[in-house]
Amino acid sequence: MYVAVKGGEAAIDNAHALLAHERRGDPSIPEITPDQIREQLALAVDRVMAEGSLHDRDIAALAIKQARGDLIEAIFLVRAFRTTLPRFGASEPLDTSAMSVRRRISATYKDLPGGQVLGPTFDYTHRLIDFTLAGGAAPPAPATATQGEAAPHVTTLLDDEGLIERNPSAAPDAPVGDLTREPLAFPASRDLRLQNLARGDEGFLLALGYSTQRGYGRTHPFVGEIRFGTVQVGFHAEDLGFCVDLGTISVTECEMVTQFKGSAEAAPHFTRGYGLVFGQSERKAMSMALIDRALRTAEFGEDVVAPAQDEEFVLSHSDNVQATGFVEHLKLPHYVDFQAELGLVRQLRSEFAARQADLDAMRKEAAE
Amino acid sequence: MTHASPSPGRADAEPVVVARRRAVMALTSRATEAELAAALDRVGRPAFDDIRAPQTGLVMLRGRTGGDGAPFNLGEATVTRSAVRLASGEVGIAYALGRDAAKVRLAAVLDALAQQDAPGLDEALAPVATRLAGQQDLAEARSAATRVDFFTLVRGED
Repeated sequence: MYVAVKGGEAAIDNAHALLAHERRGDPSIPEITPDQIREQLALAVDRVMAEGSLHDRDIAALAIKQARGDLIEAIFLVRAFRTTLPRFGASEPLDTSAMSVRRRISATYKDLPGGQVLGPTFDYTHRLIDFTLAGGAAPPAPATATQGEAAPHVTTLLDDEGLIERNPSAAPDAPVGDLTREPLAFPASRDLRLQNLARGDEGFLLALGYSTQRGYGRTHPFVGEIRFGTVQVGFHAEDLGFCVDLGTISVTECEMVTQFKGSAEAAPHFTRGYGLVFGQSERKAMSMALIDRALRTAEFGEDVVAPAQDEEFVLSHSDNVQATGFVEHLKLPHYVDFQAELGLVRQLRSEFAARQADLDAMRKEAAE
Repeated sequence: MTHASPSPGRADAEPVVVARRRAVMALTSRATEAELAAALDRVGRPAFDDIRAPQTGLVMLRGRTGGDGAPFNLGEATVTRSAVRLASGEVGIAYALGRDAAKVRLAAVLDALAQQDAPGLDEALAPVATRLAGQQDLAEARSAATRVDFFTLVRGED
């Protein structure tokens, strides 16, 4: 219960002024600009875009500055910003097979069309602090090589042999679920689950994905493919009457190949889990793919026994803006609530004391 | 909406206009305001009025389940749109990712000029096309240098 409390205005104003002062830090150090954040803290920007569910690098960078680097606070700011804007419509589905690939790896095939392209990755780094970065020396120019062949999705190689399930196609003009317009209801369809996971908290999804690997809903996953790169955004504009190219965004995609399913009608085949995230975040895309597959447990006629398989548990707790709102609301005045609890505990204590006194009296009588 | 007068006797004239407008918009949506201002200076900046002042909104970006399956909503992106009318009557419309109102207004003017098949338009936008192609080629070439060349170690048994 919330109570109207007055009298804090001056304190709140001064607290916000103090926040702005602390945000700036030591004024003898140059102030950071959103451009610097966008260019040099690009993965923080990617995370804020993905979980803020809004692709706009400049807004995300500014939000990170405003939030003093608190990424969940920045995500909150981005979510609030999007509510101020009208929606023009929905894009054509992104064609990730036409991605301009910056990185593309597969853990299932060594040699595959398009090859293993490492791209800009922390993998194989030694995780030793690089003190030369403190000095700000310019890095050497990256090497270049002639571009290779096209890189088709790895799962199409399995698909050719019928070894993996086909992705479900939608009926033409079937509505696409949108949890920003309709409250989430259960059971949730896969399109809604994927939307929820795509904007879900990276840490929460990581922990749940990890739990499936440790045996809480095991699916025996392989990384069929991870790809990161740029895709173009097509949009059918009503006023133009044709589809236009809005520009290019970067996304990370993960296709997880998981263990078999077969039936009386269908021969055993691999199943799939899918992850797609704004920007470069393999951890998030992989976690999403693990959980997407875990949430399909009932679809495959298996028992839901682990947290990652329980869609109500996963989808209701994945959103860090909702989660932080409810956890942090405990800071708000609960004075009347607490007074009621105080009254209750005092009453319980006086009843307890009265019972103790009665017992003491009975014991005393018995002893005499 | 006013369309450019089609070439006489060509039934497929409108798709040609549409193809040209789409090609121009694929460049203008990725260009900077300065690049579009330079392009308009080269081609000759026409007089125009706003029909719809630049407006920023959202487009819900969709992915496909498994990469090629049923669509789902991935998340939104900021998009800015604008509509202008040239003194000569053509209505130009533009959309682009982001929130750059000044840029998208210039893109709408260029869309109107694309409908006129204005002479020199392709040349005026050529620097944008060159920059974009150069950036894409460089990024792909840098990634290509990180491709793994597997080799098999020969064992000394035979």
